[in-house]
Amino acid sequence: MIHSLFLINASGDIFLEKHWKSVVSRSVCDYFFEAQERASEAENVPPVIPTPHHYLLSVYRHKIFFVAVIQSEVPPLFVIEFLHRVVDTFQDYFGSTNVGDQLPTGQLSVVPWRRTGVKYTNNEAYFDVIEEIDAIIDKSGSTITAEIQGVIDACVKLTGMPDLTLSFMNPRLLDDVSFHPCVRFKRWESERILSFIPPDGNFRLLSYHVSAQNLVAIPVYVKHNISFRDNSSLGRFEITVGPKQTMGKTVEGVMVTSQMPKGVLNMTLTPSQGTHIFDPVTKLLSWDVGKINPQKLPSLKGSVSLQAGTSKPDENPTINLQFKIQQLAISGLKVNRLDMYGEKYKPFKGIKYMTKAGKFQVRT
Amino acid sequence: MAASPAYGEEKGGSSSLGEPEYGHDPASGGIFSSDYKRHDDLKEMLDSNKDSLKLEAMKRIVAMIARGKNASDLFPAVVKNVACKNIEVKKLVYVYLVRYAEEQQDLALLSISTFQRGLKDPNQLIRASALRVLSSIRVPIIVPIMMLAIKEAASDMSPYVRKTAAHAIPKLYSLDSDQKDQLIEVIEKLLADKTTLVAGSVVMAFEEVCPERIDLIHKNYRKLCNLLIDVEEWGQVVIINMLTRYARTQFLSPNQNESLLEESAEKAFYGSEEEDTKDAKAEAASLAKRKPYVMDPDHRLLLRNTKPLLQSRNAAVVMAVAQLYFHLAPKAEVGVIAKALVRLLRSHSEVQYVVLQNVATMSIKRRGMFEPYLKSFYIRSTDPTQIKILKLEVLTNLANETNISTILREFQTYIRSMDKDFVAATIQAIGRCATNIGKVRDTCLNGLVQLLSNRDELVVAESVVVIKKLLQMQPAQHSEIIKHMAKLTDNIQVPMARASILWLIGEYCEHVPKIAPDVLRKMAKSFTNEEDIVKLQVINLAAKLYLTNSKQSKLLTQYVLNLAKYDQNYDIRDRARFIRQLIVPTEKSGALNKYAKKLFLAQKPAPILESSFKDRDHFQLGSLSHLLNAKAVGYQELPDWPDEAPDPSVRNVEVPEWTKCTSREKRKEKVEKPFYSDSEGESGPTESADSEPESASEESGSSSSSGSSSSGSEEEEEEEEEEEGSGEQSEDKEEEEEKRKKAKKKKASQGKKSHTETSSEEASASESSSSGSDSGSEAEAKQRKVPPSSKAGPKEISLLDLDDFTPPPPQPVPSSSIVSTSLVTDLEGLMLTDTSLAPALLSPAFGAVRTYELLHRMAGEGLSVEYCFSRRPFPGDPHMVAVQIQISNNTDAEVKSLRVSEPKPLSGMRIQEFPEIERLAPGDTASVVMGIDFCDSTQAANFQLCTHTRHFYVSIQPPVGELMAPIFMSENEFKKEQGKLMGMSEITEKLTLPEKCRSDHTIVQQVTSAANVGRVPCGADNEYRFAAKTVTSGSLVLITLERREGTAAQLTVNSEKMVIGTMLVKDIVQALVQ
Repeated sequence: MIHSLFLINASGDIFLEKHWKSVVSRSVCDYFFEAQERASEAENVPPVIPTPHHYLLSVYRHKIFFVAVIQSEVPPLFVIEFLHRVVDTFQDYFGSTNVGDQLPTGQLSVVPWRRTGVKYTNNEAYFDVIEEIDAIIDKSGSTITAEIQGVIDACVKLTGMPDLTLSFMNPRLLDDVSFHPCVRFKRWESERILSFIPPDGNFRLLSYHVSAQNLVAIPVYVKHNISFRDNSSLGRFEITVGPKQTMGKTVEGVMVTSQMPKGVLNMTLTPSQGTHIFDPVTKLLSWDVGKINPQKLPSLKGSVSLQAGTSKPDENPTINLQFKIQQLAISGLKVNRLDMYGEKYKPFKGIKYMTKAGKFQVRT
Repeated sequence: MAASPAYGEEKGGSSSLGEPEYGHDPASGGIFSSDYKRHDDLKEMLDSNKDSLKLEAMKRIVAMIARGKNASDLFPAVVKNVACKNIEVKKLVYVYLVRYAEEQQDLALLSISTFQRGLKDPNQLIRASALRVLSSIRVPIIVPIMMLAIKEAASDMSPYVRKTAAHAIPKLYSLDSDQKDQLIEVIEKLLADKTTLVAGSVVMAFEEVCPERIDLIHKNYRKLCNLLIDVEEWGQVVIINMLTRYARTQFLSPNQNESLLEESAEKAFYGSEEEDTKDAKAEAASLAKRKPYVMDPDHRLLLRNTKPLLQSRNAAVVMAVAQLYFHLAPKAEVGVIAKALVRLLRSHSEVQYVVLQNVATMSIKRRGMFEPYLKSFYIRSTDPTQIKILKLEVLTNLANETNISTILREFQTYIRSMDKDFVAATIQAIGRCATNIGKVRDTCLNGLVQLLSNRDELVVAESVVVIKKLLQMQPAQHSEIIKHMAKLTDNIQVPMARASILWLIGEYCEHVPKIAPDVLRKMAKSFTNEEDIVKLQVINLAAKLYLTNSKQSKLLTQYVLNLAKYDQNYDIRDRARFIRQLIVPTEKSGALNKYAKKLFLAQKPAPILESSFKDRDHFQLGSLSHLLNAKAVGYQELPDWPDEAPDPSVRNVEVPEWTKCTSREKRKEKVEKPFYSDSEGESGPTESADSEPESASEESGSSSSSGSSSSGSEEEEEEEEEEEGSGEQSEDKEEEEEKRKKAKKKKASQGKKSHTETSSEEASASESSSSGSDSGSEAEAKQRKVPPSSKAGPKEISLLDLDDFTPPPPQPVPSSSIVSTSLVTDLEGLMLTDTSLAPALLSPAFGAVRTYELLHRMAGEGLSVEYCFSRRPFPGDPHMVAVQIQISNNTDAEVKSLRVSEPKPLSGMRIQEFPEIERLAPGDTASVVMGIDFCDSTQAANFQLCTHTRHFYVSIQPPVGELMAPIFMSENEFKKEQGKLMGMSEITEKLTLPEKCRSDHTIVQQVTSAANVGRVPCGADNEYRFAAKTVTSGSLVLITLERREGTAAQLTVNSEKMVIGTMLVKDIVQALVQ
């Protein structure tokens, strides 16, 4: 399958290599560099590059390319998914400030995803229900598409071999689900209950999609007025962000970013709150808004200076929005109960809800 | 990743320096200044006798290797440490060896004996790692050693070692392909393995070594299908892809009767669904003549067992199932994969890239499938360009008359994007929509014409190209547009666009008679500065004008041709020469001259704008070849369906009950076909949601039995993980569950009363199991789990004889009353008291003997067979477990020549048959003893029980506690042996003793009932010790139960047989806790 793996950093150095079969010369990466040159941006490097004797399959994460060298037919997703898992593992391992001294020793456990002999003095199981709203809002403020993608991330620190069940008040909301391998599929099919022996520590129990039939509540709106005039080197720029359907919760962590057309030289803007930056090189405007106070809506106003002598830009910038709402699952999903079997102690249990913006775009 | 910027900087700095990188190398510590010196130091460290120094040195060396530095001169120093006791050092030495052995073959041979020793290590992890390294060393001279090691490991006790053997096969094959035949034998053996751990790896080996030997799969097909859900994710991908190919060779196309239909649907590309159905009716008559299609039950099995995997978190698994459905499922059922594929679009962009490529191909063949998800393919400004373009492809494929206006509106916003490559692709997409959907052709054309005044030249150029293609379809109506485009030649510089305009004017010069010569005049002026493709079109235009309007253009044409004659590009010179000969009549120019006009101004077919993904599905979807649209090395062609189905009986396997059950179920399935295809094909979730209230009440009985008590869930878990053959068993169980449900459903519709009866009956069964006597409850749990044969009986009744037996007979609750009275009295005397000591090999001790059912009265047509483990040494062979078998003849006829036949023992297992019983009178009961050498594994022994008329497939699966015999030890001996079996061989579990199980007597009784062990005296009164040896290999099994304050206790099992230890702990804990 994977013959060799090369890690290439942002400046184009191969800083790590590993070979599972005979050694493949690192010059094979030249084909990769060629493709990288052709692609304007890192994310446009094709994940699969054929070369005369090999195929290069790569993923790009954390500003590093992980390039796998393949010699024969293999499902590309097999390699790509695997590389992402490798990166996930690296992230786990290197992620915190101090790198562990020893790699975890491989163990043969009866439950492949859980090591045996787990012991904790405080037994606890926390579940985070996190929902992300993906939406495209058109110029006039109406929703073109909106869907909710949710995950349940767990942090389980329980002694022994606990067997958990988690049930929902309204499982029918979940239209499409994918599970961690620990979840017993049949039980879900028949009873809509998540029954599983959890892995130890942090893991993603479930990802779900809320059926498209349910109308998605859009928690924020953006009022915008961006205009460029012909034969004028100045344009107007004004945006206001306000809460819409927030179920009485506060919208916080609001962040507005927008890619300005090439013709924009600079922006002179005044925010009513938060801080903003315009990068004249990348033409990226970002405005860190913070919390939305419904009494005093945050706004960003000012002028845009355009390249003199050129006609006004054809394109309108898109506004990307980030936000967070604590203690709310926007779909209305609610966990009913969490029970533990197989162990005698009483664990500490907790469920947290959060709604976030996923890919949330406002077209102007 | 916090470390990433650091890496970047470090490398950036070091590479610019070029030479001495050690300063930046975290492993070198910045002490060393030159190459040889550093290596001297490392050698010194490796030669020291401190493990910590060795480890440090190895870490540095491995870091060097990882950074691509040459460390080969250290080989002799490193290879010496291959026998190092420190496991961390050892691991790193292995890493080094695998990297450099190929380069230093002679020296590498020095290490081989270490691995050979490792292959015999009692610890399975060490055996596996020795094999892994041995097979990774690419030294041709050790091929025979590798072969031997693989063969041996393939029959190893530990499934983990067998898995490693499977991994080693492709490695050896790539080293020496002459070993193929021998390797195929090993593959064949491992394919028969029943553990989920091995399945994925051996199929991988199969795919690499002998993918053409599809015949090896037959006997394992059903097993693979059934194990699939429990195989690890990566193995699932490999198995599913292989089974897709297999199915294409063995089954008939489920869509064979629809292929006609499909063709007609293809023709009406944007025809609505209604039209399709009309077609369907039209074809119905001709279809009726064909022989009706019945899906092979094995084909259905594959589809059914892969479907749940669409819910996998692993994108590769989801894709594998999706392609399987695409290539194998009936048309009506393929739809289920759309939702899962759309879900993957939320994943990393590389995943999106691959998925979208496949969706693009699928959406051409099965557009309807993705239509409901149209909006999921809408493009965001933040998508990478390559993703945008693929989404555009899908959107275009999905466009039809009903959704085109929405799609065009969406396209309109795309055209204003800042990403110009994407805008160009959008314009092409609009062109394709316009050609495919006549209704919107004019709208699109007008839109594109408006784009001609766009400020961006690329946009204009792309529009010109697309407009050219559209105009070819109906040029007469569009002379205005052509005029408009003619004007553009003044401004537009993109060569392709200029060429397109010139071609258009030339082709339709009759529609713009005034403008055309003027354009030629301008082009003649700028001819020398044009790009080659433009020059060619100028010549082309000149020739066409010469033929239609020679008065105005003769001189211009001459001029252009003269310029071209001296062009630098020979293509252009050639063209000029050729055209001059063709159009300008001379004496020499032959007959062709007359036809010049016909040649140049012939009616040309309009170009078809079609997807580049059309017909890509002849490659197996999800494959690398499909993605590249070219055959990759090692690609296995996806075969076409056969016209005649090959013999399905090749997949029949002569093994236990479960196959019988499944085949029976399948027979049923055929009858219920519409039910299946409805529920699976259309809308799985909604269907099940509808039936929820009913099924919920049904389930309450069974779920309470499996979920409410800890034992139940434990048991389930055990099932999943258990070593041998458990996969198919649980699968089988599930199937039966399903079957039972169905039966119940029927019943429910027949009458509410009978339904309640069933569930209450079941509830009581579960109740009795949890509240049963101390000793009996665990036995029952086991019984419920272990022999499928015992279950098959009553269930069959409720299924087949529904009307006769409305309340099905209760499940046989095993109780000691079944054991023959003589046996009970035999055993009574053997009860051990706490202090009793026995001779070296102890006679067995037990609380109660459990009987298990081998053959139920109903399944055995009146013959019922039970067995128990007598716990006595089997006379004649000390390595066998004695199994006491009791056969009752409940028929009214004499049963003759009862015997065991055709034992099918698994690797190494041996069965000593009982002597043939010549005749058994009606009502009589016979008791015989047979010996089975289970090889210290809980794998079931399968054999046939024969009478003079019938054969019954039966299997005996031993609880782990029966695989051992008690031995006597002194306290000191016990402690000494225990000291040797620490670490990996020690398994500890904490437990809380329930109230009823606190007295010494009960504890000893519970332990000895769970396992055939003897008590070892012990000084401390809060500790209990037991010892036994496994029957086959004589490995020690030491059990210690230590009572702590209150109810807490700790159970420790020491045994070099880790699997046995693990299972034993579980069994004993269960026995004690209940």
